[in-house]
Amino acid sequence: MSVTSENIISLNHVSKSYSGKKVLDDISFYVRKGEFVTLLGPSGCGKTTTLRLIAGFLSPDEGDILLDGKDISEIPPYRRPFNTVFQRYALFPHLDVYDNIAFGLKLQKLPSEEIDKRVRKVLKMVSMTDYEDRDVESLSGGQQQRVAIARALVNQPKILLLDEPLAALDLKMRKDMQIELKEMHRELGITFIYVTHDQEEALTLSDTIIVMNEGKIQQIGTPTDIYNEPKNSFVADFIGESNILNGKMIEDRKVEFVGHCFDCVDEGFGQNVDVDVVIRPEDIYIMNKLEGAQFSATVKSCTFKGVHYEMFVDTDKGYELMIQDYNAFEPGSTVGLLIRPSDIQVMKKERSCNSFEATVVDSTHVSFLSETFETEEQTRFPAGTKVLARVAFDKVDLTDHQEDGTIDGEVHFLLYKGDHYHLTVLTSEGEHIWVDTNDIWDKGDLVGVNIAKEDIHLCELQQ
Amino acid sequence: MMKKILAKCYIWILLILLYAPILFIAVFSFTESKVLGNWTGFSTQLYQNLFTGSMQGTGSLMRAVENTLLIALIAAGISTLLGTVAAIGIHNMRGRKRQVISFLNNIPMINPDIITGVSLFLLFVFLHISQGYVTVVLAHISFCTPYVVLSVLPKLTQMNPNIYEAALDLGATPGQALRKVLIPQLRPGMISGFVLAFTMSLDDFAVTFFTRGTVGLDTLSTYIYTDARKGGLTPEFRPLITIMFLCVLLLLLFINIRQFRAEKKQNLK
Repeated sequence: MSVTSENIISLNHVSKSYSGKKVLDDISFYVRKGEFVTLLGPSGCGKTTTLRLIAGFLSPDEGDILLDGKDISEIPPYRRPFNTVFQRYALFPHLDVYDNIAFGLKLQKLPSEEIDKRVRKVLKMVSMTDYEDRDVESLSGGQQQRVAIARALVNQPKILLLDEPLAALDLKMRKDMQIELKEMHRELGITFIYVTHDQEEALTLSDTIIVMNEGKIQQIGTPTDIYNEPKNSFVADFIGESNILNGKMIEDRKVEFVGHCFDCVDEGFGQNVDVDVVIRPEDIYIMNKLEGAQFSATVKSCTFKGVHYEMFVDTDKGYELMIQDYNAFEPGSTVGLLIRPSDIQVMKKERSCNSFEATVVDSTHVSFLSETFETEEQTRFPAGTKVLARVAFDKVDLTDHQEDGTIDGEVHFLLYKGDHYHLTVLTSEGEHIWVDTNDIWDKGDLVGVNIAKEDIHLCELQQ
Repeated sequence: MMKKILAKCYIWILLILLYAPILFIAVFSFTESKVLGNWTGFSTQLYQNLFTGSMQGTGSLMRAVENTLLIALIAAGISTLLGTVAAIGIHNMRGRKRQVISFLNNIPMINPDIITGVSLFLLFVFLHISQGYVTVVLAHISFCTPYVVLSVLPKLTQMNPNIYEAALDLGATPGQALRKVLIPQLRPGMISGFVLAFTMSLDDFAVTFFTRGTVGLDTLSTYIYTDARKGGLTPEFRPLITIMFLCVLLLLLFINIRQFRAEKKQNLK
């Protein structure tokens, strides 16, 4: 592999909105020459928009895109030295395999012997020799994808852009194509920018992964960095399986979670600071005896997963953990658990409580999120003052029926934290409310949101 | 059993009722009688008259046929161009705007011809455009274009939305992408739109009647109308109508056979 230190393309503070909704919010990253970079995230996170900005099908509202240091925001897609492999192939149905691949070369008006040579070479590379006269619609999905890759590569682009190219293929085919893509990347030395929502694919293929969510970059790093040291609970939850728990950093190298105190390797958080803790299920040691264990638990369920067993246990302090191990443990049995300091990943909490910009209506009412809420009587802030309304996560009440709530919203994202769920509720106005609850909700549930008057705390708005 | 016979009879009665008038004319095109319905023995005299021009007013009849075909060709050609461009535009609109424009596109098709004719007539008068050949062609284009839009739009929706972008991505300018990728994809829709526009223009009476002005321009429909008012239909119209019917029949057969073959080819894959 020939990743150089030279940047080929960089995005600086790029933002993009569609009809008032911000789909990309201040995105900055760079790609080095020869690198295999993956944009990874759930659907609607902005990864495809980012790719389309690079390809030139969209132009950024703010920020610029530099190719070899020169701004290309104004250059139309047909003059950019990039080629794209589209998700649903986008082959030209009226042309056969040969003419599909030769399309770009013919536009460049190359001599026909040259075109012939290059088309045959690239057909060989994607193992589609002998298919040149075939009608593209008579090919299978995998074959069509090969033609699409060949059609892009034959133009010898500086960067190959791939938009979920394997999403429409079945699992077996997808695995084979992953290996082939990786090999092509190695042989050609072309820079690849790859978009996917499949975390496993991203971990397998990439030199660098850019994790995105809700139009923002969450983390940039190598696959091992992203897996072992997720920056926040979203990344931890999205990449692989994980136990995400509320914790408290007692002091440097000492963290408390699941009701116990553990040694860890993290420093610099301060003393008694609330943190998020991530433990990968394969990093928890499980044993039959209690000596040498840090804490005990009862096995709740045990499922065979092919290579390993997946178990859910209830700890002595009432937290639920997921554990993966090569050995099976009987449900109902008591086991000892141990976590090594280096396997504990401590993350700064992104937020500790809901805070909304609010306006005082009168001594007992305040308005935020376009609604008016009752508060306890206060005389500190006169009517009309802009204040900050703070509501603890566990003080937000959710109801089944939207009409029963002061605000209506939709459960947008949920995270299990060992003994409770941490939900992100998206209001109909597009605002976020975070909720800690023991009730079970599903993603997409429509809910009503209520907040009791004694749980709204007003404080001064800091500029 | 009884039910089966009844069902068969029903379809035959329907077919006979549908085709009786045209068959009637076809049969009576082979007799010389001036009055339709009088059989005076088999003869191809009327056909001969039609082609040798030895009937009264053949010259103006042939000119009317010529006008009809030429106007239909020009109107269908221009409508196909305009309609395709409009369809691409509508397809790329989003949400409400697209609904509104699609709705506006449908109105001229539902609108009775007579209203279209009168309103165009008033428009031309208002704009002081002297009416004649040009106004008839313009009028035909205006009511044919929505049909082309309607037959091209489904082709656009069926198309993979990334195809146009793929062409740009491979280095085609928007113009090249249109010619080399978009148009070949839309061709079937454009052809059926053209045929539809052509037939709509061919059999139009009301709009032509109101927009042809006073320069003596006649298409087949206005010519027949004037002729019939002058004391009975000229007998030579019977062979003319028969020939036109046969042409349409052949065209339909050709289209159907082609479609059948295409489907068969598709199924073989």
